[in-house]
Formats: sequence, C-alpha cells, structure tokens
Amino acid sequence: MSIFKLTAAALLLTAAAARAEGPGLGQPLEAADIPFYATYVKPDGAGLPGGSGTAAQGAEIYAAKCASCHGKTGSEGPVMPPVGPNDVWAKPAGSYWPYATTLFDYIRRAMPLEAPKSLSDDEAYALAAYILERNGVIDAQTAMTAETLPAVKMPNHGNFLDVWAKQGAKPW
Amino acid sequence: MTRSDIDGAALEYAAGGGLLSRRMLLASAAAGTAAGLLQPRAARAEAEIPEWTKAAGARARGYGTPAAAESAVQRAIIEPWQDVAPAFSLSGTPHQRLRGTITPNGLHYEVHHGGRPDIDPARHRLMIHGLVERPLQFGLEALERYPMVTATHFLECAGNSLFNAVMPEPMQAGCDMLHGLVSNTEWSGIPMRVLMEEAGVQPEGKWVVAAGADGPSLARSIPMEKIMQDGMLALYQNGERIRPEQGYPMRLLLPGFEGNMNIKWLTSLWVTEAPVHTKDESGEYTEILADGSSVQFTFAMGVKSFITHPSATMTMSGPGFYEISGLAWSGAGKVAKVEVSADGGQSWAEAALAEPVLPQALTRFSLPWHWDGSPLVLMSRATDETGAVQPARADWKARYHASNFLHYNAIQPWQVTAEGAVQNVYL
Repeated sequence: MSIFKLTAAALLLTAAAARAEGPGLGQPLEAADIPFYATYVKPDGAGLPGGSGTAAQGAEIYAAKCASCHGKTGSEGPVMPPVGPNDVWAKPAGSYWPYATTLFDYIRRAMPLEAPKSLSDDEAYALAAYILERNGVIDAQTAMTAETLPAVKMPNHGNFLDVWAKQGAKPW
Repeated sequence: MTRSDIDGAALEYAAGGGLLSRRMLLASAAAGTAAGLLQPRAARAEAEIPEWTKAAGARARGYGTPAAAESAVQRAIIEPWQDVAPAFSLSGTPHQRLRGTITPNGLHYEVHHGGRPDIDPARHRLMIHGLVERPLQFGLEALERYPMVTATHFLECAGNSLFNAVMPEPMQAGCDMLHGLVSNTEWSGIPMRVLMEEAGVQPEGKWVVAAGADGPSLARSIPMEKIMQDGMLALYQNGERIRPEQGYPMRLLLPGFEGNMNIKWLTSLWVTEAPVHTKDESGEYTEILADGSSVQFTFAMGVKSFITHPSATMTMSGPGFYEISGLAWSGAGKVAKVEVSADGGQSWAEAALAEPVLPQALTRFSLPWHWDGSPLVLMSRATDETGAVQPARADWKARYHASNFLHYNAIQPWQVTAEGAVQNVYL
C-alpha cells in the first residue's frame, strides 16, 4: 500500500471516529467469528446451508424430540402446535407463517427447547419438511434443501398487512 | 358539580358514584369523617414501648432486601406449559401492592421463551455486522467507557392482559396476573446511534436484526429509523446492573415498542436491507383480525390504563374516603389525560397526573373518592398526546379474531360490591 493510500485510509478512519460520539473502542469483527445465530436465513433462501431432509426422515426426529411439547402428530400441542388447523393455536407455523425459510432457521437455532442448536442441518431440513408435509403445503417426496425450501409457497403468504410500512410507530 | 355535607365536611363532587374534585385536598375532606379517629385515646397508665425500641438494631449489610413482613410482595408466576416446557416462563409485577411509578428491580415482569440464561459477563460480546463499513465487537469493559444516557420507560409484553382479551368470563385475579406484564424502569446505557455510527451503517442498511444470547437466540427485525431515533443499549436498571431476568449484562431498549423486541442478553445487531421474518414476527407477535387477515410489524403499544387501588382481589374497608390511584401509559408518547368513572361509565372526572409525565413511561393518576357503600363500577380511560383513547372491550374485540390476545388495551372495569369486594368485570 502506498503512503498516499495509507494516509487516505487514516484520514477516513479519523473522520469516522470524529462523526461518532463514543470513544471508538469497538474491535474488528471477522466473518469467521460470527456464529450462525447472529444472522437469520432470509425469505429468498440467503444463508441456508447445504444439506437436505425429507418428511419421512423428519417424522422420526419429530417423534423423538418434538412430540412431547407439540403433540403426537404436530396438531395436538399443548405448546403452539405447528400443524393446523387445530383447536389449540390459531397460528400454526407450517401454514400460517409467511415464509418457509423461517421454519428451518427457528428449528436450527431454538429447538428443542431443552437442547437448542443440537440439531444438524439435515435434521432441521427434515423437520421443516415434516411440518410442511403435515400441513399439506408440500408433498411427501420433496426433500427440503437450500433450493427447494425458499421456493415453497406458504398458503397464508400475502395475507399480512405491514403496519410499520403503512403507519410507522403509530399503534395499530 | 354539586356540593353536599357529610359529617360536616363540604364535598365538591366531580362526577357520579362519589368521585370528588381533584382540586379538593383529600386531607381536608377526610378531616370530617376521620377526625374522630385522630382523637388521642385516654392516656394509659403505662404506654407500650416496643422491644425494638429497647435494643440495638441490626448492623449494616452489603445488599438490602425488603422488610420481612413484606415477603408476600412477589411476582405472580405464569407457566402455561410447566409440565413439558417449564422454561417458557412468565411473571407479572404486583401493581396492586406498589405505589409510585418505578418498578423495583426484583419485581420487573419477566417473559422468557427459553428460560433465563446464566451468562459470564467476561465472555459476553456485542457484535455489529452486516451492511456496515466496519464490523465490530464490544466487550462489557469497553462499553463501560462510553458516554451514557438515562431515561425512564415502560416495557410491556404484547401479551399483557391476555386473560381479559380471550377469556369468555372475567378471571378473578389481581393486577399481577391481569395486567402484570408491564413495568417501568429508569434505564441507563449507550445511545444505539453512537454504536451504529462507529460501525458505519451503509445506505442500504434499513433494518437491524437483533439477537439474544439465550438458548433460543431470540431475534427480531427492527427498523433502523427506531434504532437511530431513541434505541438504547441498556446496561443499568434503576441504577444497578441489569438483572439477569432483564437481560444481564445488556439489553436493547426501544421505548414504546412491544417488550419482545427489546432483546434481552443482546449479543448481535445484524444490519440488513429488509426484515428477515423471524419466528416471533411471523406468528407469535402478529395479530389475526376479525376478517382472518393478519397485521404484522405492529410495534408500538397502544394507550392504556388501569386502576391499581382499589383493584380486583382487594376488599374495601367500609364506606368513606379513598384515593383512587392507578397507572397509565402509551407507546406513542405522553399520557395527556386520564378520566375516572365510578358509575360504570355514565359520568367521568379527570384524574390528577403525578409529575413528571414522561413519554413512553408509566404515569400515576389519582382522584379522591367518597364511597357511600353502594355497589358500583370503577374504571379509568386514558388519552395520549396523539389523541388516541383507550377502547371499550367490545370495541377492541370487534377488531380482532376471537383468538387474538396481543396488544389488548381496553378499559378495565372493577365492580365494587355492597360487601366491599372488588371484582374483575367486562362492560
């Protein structure tokens, strides 16, 4: 790097520090030091890892790790059953949520409640597939992957009004 | 306005049901009926001297606790799935046992989706990354050196008052269960804007996905506009370090926005172009309307109030003078006025507001009242500085699907029976 470039970079840094009102004590954060849960899979699939899982694979994992809270087949509960319609929860994840990508991310970061982040990417894909299949959103054959999951069209998509976009912080 | 004489005291009525003018000094009004009680009794042969007045007291201690006789003042614990998911745990502030506006730290409400983590502050870090010029991380020691601001704000769970929202018959419980998921705190910390400017937000960075260091890594998408306007990285709660229940060692504070967005145990701020539709903004904190469609990104809490004294589960100690007292707030700004009715809404009188009235903060209201012992219904109705008024329950219910229990801000009526019982009712 030339002296000129170094000087220019130093001036830029100084300008940035002058704009901020703090002492500027933040340390550089490398991409390798950012854990997956500090980001979120986006509706277009950005951030999805490799791997795949089918509803049949998901059914076995579900029975072992999920059924005690969400119910034998996903619609019984007691805790916010993800399969609907059901008598317990009006917003079942597998049919109400606007984007299927949220299923993968939430399962991977937060489930099961007593051992979050213990599931593999394949297991999270398989559980997302199981829940979507039980809701009739996908068929039993389609494996969920970084390509197929964001392509899933959720039935309640388009049925939401974005209140922030409409009226900002004014309470609804 | 009418005047009457009871036991020699001239009473200035402000509305029906015995509501008195707030211009009346309660003390002078009370003098009429209470005078007899203030007369000294005949001198005893030997006045009692309590034992604590005849002994040395306890020594100083490092961290004080409430008086032993106050041990019943506890949060009300609500665990909807305690058998299968005990970590999904809530507790409500016992407002019926508190006065003033600041919630003691040990009584601040809790809503934990995955339990309260045990965080080593030396290993905790805050990351700012995504659409920024300089991805940064901060330890607690570095953050301690930043200039701090202090502001008093309420936090309210979007699900506060959920029992009134969905139960067909009014549940008989205290304010801790019915309305306890709101608390008020003097927060101190670093303006979020200072930290974001240090990282340098890129022009396309319009949202911030905040995530906690708890087991579920609870995450919410927050508009950059709010973060920069009055977002705070809160490190202190009523002067002391934030309690583990409230996000130790640091939390996000977004004045007026639903509690769930004020991420506890904050560890990551990821700048994005658009919201990422996290679990909590996809279903758990969206509201289904009466027509079956839903609203999402309903961030600010609506104007609301309830009477704390008297309130459900209390018993009146006979006819006479009382001060009606309660709490009002709005996510949109300051409380402009609170009206009180003691005749089920037929007539209203404006309550006094305790100064200072702060934006997005609990405001204490009060009004003197002479209860003649007959059954009646007390209620309060708040209006905020934007002109928004608390709705009646039926009007609130008509807007939403029957299952919705979020953002309930309807007027709370309390029935006072002839026997002096105070009960939760719907009007």
